[in-house]
Amino acid sequence: MTGVDVQILLPEILLAVYAMAALMLGLYGSKDKMTGLLTWATAGLFVALALLIALRGSEGASAFGGMVVDDAFARFAKVVILISAAGVLFMSQDYMARRDLARFEFPVLVTLSVIGMMIMVSAGDLMALYMGLELQSLSLYVMAAMRRDSVKSTEAGLKYFVLGALSSGLLLYGASLVYGFAGTTLFAGIASTLTEGEASLGLLFGLVFLIAGMAFKVSAAPFHMWTPDVYEGAPTPVTAFFATAPKVAAMALIARVVHDAFGGVPGDWAQVLAALAVVSMFLGAVAAIGQKDIKRLMAYSSIAHMGYALVGLAAATPQGVQATLIYMAIYVTMNLGTFAFILSMERDGRPVTDIASLNQFAKAEPLKAMAMLILLFSLAGVPPMLGFFGKFYVLKAAVDAGMVWLAVAGAVASVVGAFYYLRIVYFMYFGAEQEPVESRMSPVQWLMLVGVAAVMLIGVVNLFGIEPIALQAAEALLG
Amino acid sequence: MTVADYAFYAFSFVTVAAGLMVTISRNPVHSVLWLILAFLSSAGLFVLLGAEFVAMLLIIVYVGAVAVLFLFVVMMLDVDFAELKGEMARKMPLALLIGVVILMELSLGVGAWVRADGAMGLRDAVAPAADQVENTRALGLLIYDKYVLLFQLSGLILLVAMIGAILLTMRHRKDIKRQNVLHQMWRDPAKAMELKDVKPGQGL
Repeated sequence: MTGVDVQILLPEILLAVYAMAALMLGLYGSKDKMTGLLTWATAGLFVALALLIALRGSEGASAFGGMVVDDAFARFAKVVILISAAGVLFMSQDYMARRDLARFEFPVLVTLSVIGMMIMVSAGDLMALYMGLELQSLSLYVMAAMRRDSVKSTEAGLKYFVLGALSSGLLLYGASLVYGFAGTTLFAGIASTLTEGEASLGLLFGLVFLIAGMAFKVSAAPFHMWTPDVYEGAPTPVTAFFATAPKVAAMALIARVVHDAFGGVPGDWAQVLAALAVVSMFLGAVAAIGQKDIKRLMAYSSIAHMGYALVGLAAATPQGVQATLIYMAIYVTMNLGTFAFILSMERDGRPVTDIASLNQFAKAEPLKAMAMLILLFSLAGVPPMLGFFGKFYVLKAAVDAGMVWLAVAGAVASVVGAFYYLRIVYFMYFGAEQEPVESRMSPVQWLMLVGVAAVMLIGVVNLFGIEPIALQAAEALLG
Repeated sequence: MTVADYAFYAFSFVTVAAGLMVTISRNPVHSVLWLILAFLSSAGLFVLLGAEFVAMLLIIVYVGAVAVLFLFVVMMLDVDFAELKGEMARKMPLALLIGVVILMELSLGVGAWVRADGAMGLRDAVAPAADQVENTRALGLLIYDKYVLLFQLSGLILLVAMIGAILLTMRHRKDIKRQNVLHQMWRDPAKAMELKDVKPGQGL
């Protein structure tokens, strides 16, 4: 370990020190009364670190003997992760305080899981990958069960934990097969043994197990079983967190593993990813139709979205990785706005997540209904909104890579999926007469909802210049 | 075959047999005892590999601490294992089918196993040569120097586990009496007690 290693890993080290300091402060200070302060401080630190990482030099470097890689790709993913985690913390504070859930451990756990995600996206070694993944997952399991007196929340935590442990086992088994073949856990070392352009059967098994373990973390079908129950049972701010930062981290991790370690055999993993993508897109679109709970609906929506992001990766080209990165950035932004609204839904001071409760909402709150309409159109991928461009990029990447059938499947699935997004719009504007749900928002939530809706419209001009940055990141990964 | 070979087969057989017994024995306490046997024979395997430090660690940590803890937990748990087994028996055919399919696939994979050309070289490059340093020192060099990042990360994971256990189980109850040591020490006999002079035959 040298000074250079520490310097490269500085953001993660800073976060770890902060997490421990915050824990001490919470314990020896006034316990849960500090939650508000700690939440704001943590979110502020995330934003500051995101700026720091974004403004760092652009050349790639590796630390700790290649175990951690810091390149443009890792930096892109880290900035998206940090910003989205900060967004969730900003808008969760009010909800947590009012629902008697304000525990000072929450921001600390978010910080620790963000450290895990940052290690994941910059992992250059199977062991570092696993450590990051476990650090992230373990914090998420705890958060899911945070509302201890609710059976659903406890069930969510337990279900997530048991299935997560199973997927970690699959991933580890795959890693051990890969190590048995290559004799090293370093991605660069694995890539150096794959020069013949064809993987042996044993290695193929390892690769498939690895992808299965990681597909669980992005909740791609058929490894999605836990998602609806966990999303429904966990407290809503935690659900909002699940749907944003960890997805980016796991998707970036898949991209990192397949390109850095298995870049020599693209044919072998591209077909696996393409199959996962098709199943996810269709399952997400079809299964969401019958949902009555908006959190379950968002779970299926996230499964479908992960399918689209995987389409970009299945293309196995720089354009594909670029498209996936753009897609993930847009997806996270849309979800932040949508969850800002879901967090505010309540009736008689109690949170409601029933879709039917949104009937006639537009009459009561035209502005918020309009913002939600824009977000839902964007989630569905209706043309003038930003969400359309995300889908356009991934499908275009698939066509350019000669996978026309995949792009066609994606387009068909998005038409099917549009139905359930538009159904919510229908309820809000033309639903049956009834007392509409109340929407009590803190200023931050309001800003998030309306701001994101505005972003979905304004971003059409040039995607806020994200395109060349994502391309640079993709080229850093494949170069 | 040398003595070491015989020892290897003996330890391996005992490990596998004990592992099997852990899962199929009816009494959970017996399961834990079989688990201890599995640990002990694996420690023997480690000694044969020349990794005596890991072998001792396995005995001290796993047999000495973890298995005993297991025993305590199993004895305190009020779980109807017979009912759980009944549930299992109904799903057994499907589980067996999936197990057999996976086993066949894996044997296919292992049967056609090949190793990359440079694999052995890459594997040996990580650790210092065995004849130059004893294995405790080699382990130290790896954990605290080469893989210090992983070591620290596992520390963070354990921290999360601790926070989680406390967050999910500890309740601050207000209706119970707690011991306050300072409060006890500052108690003043002059204020805490009142001495009365009781006259005989009169009472208070």
